[in-house]
Amino acid sequence: MINYLKRNVSLTIGLGLLIFLILFTVHGLLTIEFKQAYPLAVRPKQPPSLKYLFGTDFFGRDLYTAMVVGVWQTAIIGLLAGAAGTIIGIVLGFISAYFSGLVDVLIKFICQILTPIPAFLIQVVIASSIDKRDVTIITMAIVVFLLSWMAPTLVIRSQVLSMRERQFVAVAKLSGMNSLEIIFKEIFPNLLPFIAAAFVAQVFQAVFASFYLAVIGLGPLREPLLGNTIWAAQSQSAFFNGWWWWPVGPSLAMILILGSLAMINMGLDEMANPRIRNKE
Amino acid sequence: MNTATLELKNVSKLYRVGKKAVHALNPITFDLLGDPARIITVAGESGSGKTTLASIMLGLLGPTTGQVLYEGKDVSKLSGAQYRDFRKNVQAVFQDPFAVFNPFYQVDHLLEVPIRKFNPGLSKAARRKAMEEALEAVGLQPSEILGRYPHQLSGGQRQRINVARAIVIKPKILVADEPVSMVDASLRANILEALVSLRENYKVNILYITHDLTTAYHVSDSIIVLYRGSVMEAGDITKVVESPQHPYTQLLINSIPWPDLERKWDNQRYANPDIQEISGAGCKFYSRCPNRQPGCQVTPQLVPLFPRHLASCLLHQPQANLDSNLTQNL
Amino acid sequence: MEHLLDITGLTVSYYTDIGRAIALNQVDLKLKQGEKLGLVGESGSGKSTMGLAMMRMIKPPGKVEGGSVVIGGVDMLQLSDKEMLKRRLSTISYIPQGAMNSLNPVLKIKRQMIDAYKAHYPNHKLDQILQLAHEAMISVELPGHVLEMHPHELSGGMKQRVCIAIGILLRPQIIIADEPTSALDVVTQRQVIETLNRVQQKIGSALILIGHDMGLMAQSMDKVAVMYAGEIVEINDVQTVFTSPKHPYTQALISSLPRLQNRGEFRGIPGMAPSLYRLPNGCRFHPRCNQQQPQCQTTSPPKSVFEDEKYVTCHLYEAS
Repeated sequence: MINYLKRNVSLTIGLGLLIFLILFTVHGLLTIEFKQAYPLAVRPKQPPSLKYLFGTDFFGRDLYTAMVVGVWQTAIIGLLAGAAGTIIGIVLGFISAYFSGLVDVLIKFICQILTPIPAFLIQVVIASSIDKRDVTIITMAIVVFLLSWMAPTLVIRSQVLSMRERQFVAVAKLSGMNSLEIIFKEIFPNLLPFIAAAFVAQVFQAVFASFYLAVIGLGPLREPLLGNTIWAAQSQSAFFNGWWWWPVGPSLAMILILGSLAMINMGLDEMANPRIRNKE
Repeated sequence: MNTATLELKNVSKLYRVGKKAVHALNPITFDLLGDPARIITVAGESGSGKTTLASIMLGLLGPTTGQVLYEGKDVSKLSGAQYRDFRKNVQAVFQDPFAVFNPFYQVDHLLEVPIRKFNPGLSKAARRKAMEEALEAVGLQPSEILGRYPHQLSGGQRQRINVARAIVIKPKILVADEPVSMVDASLRANILEALVSLRENYKVNILYITHDLTTAYHVSDSIIVLYRGSVMEAGDITKVVESPQHPYTQLLINSIPWPDLERKWDNQRYANPDIQEISGAGCKFYSRCPNRQPGCQVTPQLVPLFPRHLASCLLHQPQANLDSNLTQNL
Repeated sequence: MEHLLDITGLTVSYYTDIGRAIALNQVDLKLKQGEKLGLVGESGSGKSTMGLAMMRMIKPPGKVEGGSVVIGGVDMLQLSDKEMLKRRLSTISYIPQGAMNSLNPVLKIKRQMIDAYKAHYPNHKLDQILQLAHEAMISVELPGHVLEMHPHELSGGMKQRVCIAIGILLRPQIIIADEPTSALDVVTQRQVIETLNRVQQKIGSALILIGHDMGLMAQSMDKVAVMYAGEIVEINDVQTVFTSPKHPYTQALISSLPRLQNRGEFRGIPGMAPSLYRLPNGCRFHPRCNQQQPQCQTTSPPKSVFEDEKYVTCHLYEAS
């Protein structure tokens, strides 16, 4: 295992970053006072100092606390939306591939129609039509995953299609297994690398979507979501006013989060492809 | 006593590729009767229909015409206990020793699943014992095999586990599709011995599918020679191999690279096998046959030439007083 | 007669996570011009590695660790990469296993032959090259129009013959064919082997046929070299190898072959070939040998040379 990690550089770096982020967030959550992430908690417009590591913003939030809570909330959105997208992908992908026929045609058709629709625009439309008070972390997760489930469905479907023809599936049938057992016990375990990669990709997309929607002001404004902080900084002309430290925290956090997810995705891609993987 | 019967009644398989129709298997009728247990070879090149025949017999593929009957009942209509009985008793050993293993599981999985499904009452210890006995029967040490993953074992070991699976199930009918072609020459004997012992000790009827007539000669009792989906010659194996009557069988036998300096390839040159055959009526071997005649444009029937020796070729006169039923001659 | 091919002490290892696998150990081999040698062995015996080593196509994690491959007085292993590039296909040519799958699916056969030729003689005129391509097709008994076709339009046997045609395009002195018939049925196999023989005879090159089918060796080769666990255990003319094999492994191999007589009798060789990572001490075959002597477990057996290029590596023949 260790040997493999040495060879798969991207997976190692990605996992390393992720572990660092998790530790940072956990430590943060245990040591902060939540309400300092919300307006009117501390002295505003303070530059970074020992007391306020990332300084404070115009509204009186402690930017370090805001970053910790922001990362945590981003993680929730990412995991929720990512899991939802992946689970739908698995269910629809398997049904479509294993049972074929009309069901397969239907699911494939829907996926292919929805895929070219620019998710960003739809997300903006939906997010901006929701009443500002209803926009929460959960609604953001829903908006984000609504148009992202098609990709994992199609990927998993094509993997199941090819796996269905493999000889060990025929042997399983001869050994007395029925279709459902074959799906869960024979095919599914072999798809774990793909599913993991699809999940990571979904989480990435969800995190990124939540970020850009918040940056343009469509997020739950009160929450210290990373994108929100950037939006707030921009709308208060932070740089012109000399409050250069305001967007630093969330930018850094976003780069690390997206970077680690991207590297893990690359690493998983390599793992799932048996030709690249080193055989004994 | 093995009384299971598998009957193929007028079974054929047709594939449509765009506008073209590919006759993978032309209508064939024969029965695998339980007693006495025999090993029947189905020989042919790629494209002969032998794999299609195997898939249909195993119930993995549905025939275009005809029926496959297990114990008198149509296989495609079986359910419940009758289906389970069919499933247990009609098994296979496949060609590729690696492809039969699910790479996610240890090799034990291949043996455990059928035991659980077909012998549900057994305790864990009894299951383990059955697996160990089967592995030992094919010359493997259970301690070196159980708990390993497929990629950790050699091709010869994997194929022997494949055969051990058949021993663990003890089916009444076993379809062995090229079981030794992907195995090293020195290991083939072990696997073939295992198949023969299945017949001897467990009275299993084996359909041995191969293009290698040397091993077929040593292992089986009778033979069906297929070419492009039709039966060219059939009967007792010693008769067919020692004095082949059909020009195609003669070509096959002559092409065998015998490891014997006294039996070298002769100088007869056969027509290029790359020429596309004339589809439709007529003998399938027409375009390559050195003895072809105008009359061969009419499909020849499979007729008895000698006791337990059938051929479908106009060159030979059928013996009127002999039985032309394929099953009886095998 | 001077030997065309003289291999001495060839050693190749593969270094992987698990350790060092010694694929070839101090292998010696000599071949005369026009001779046909069958290199036979099971999977893992090193026969394919031999072919690749002769072509200097061993890639990491494989490494050539010693020995020399002398063809026409020149050691291939000492040449620069550029020099070796010139020799491949023109002096020594290699038809790999599954060659039919290594034809470029999007190019016409004609194009692939021209490319191969031009890599060596970029300045020759196109019609000259096409003329040679046509001749090559005739030698493998394929109709000229095959040049205008793509690989997927051809059958397995035809593709294999195209690969042979490319392999002899520049009339090499040595042709190495690695399992050229492994995926083919018995009738096509015969045709391909006969084609190979005819072609070899026509251009007078030496032929090394690598495979595990002893039957093919009996049908078409002059000499047979038997490999086991990275060494040549016996090399002799085909008559001797089949009628009076010397090495216990060869003897077991010959008696395990099914023939037309003695129906129902087959004997396998008990045990398994050793892993190249954990070779036994002394003679590599001793754990499976039925004529084991005490020294077989501790000392590597020496080569007992009969005539010039024929030898057996076994303690049983030490005295002679």
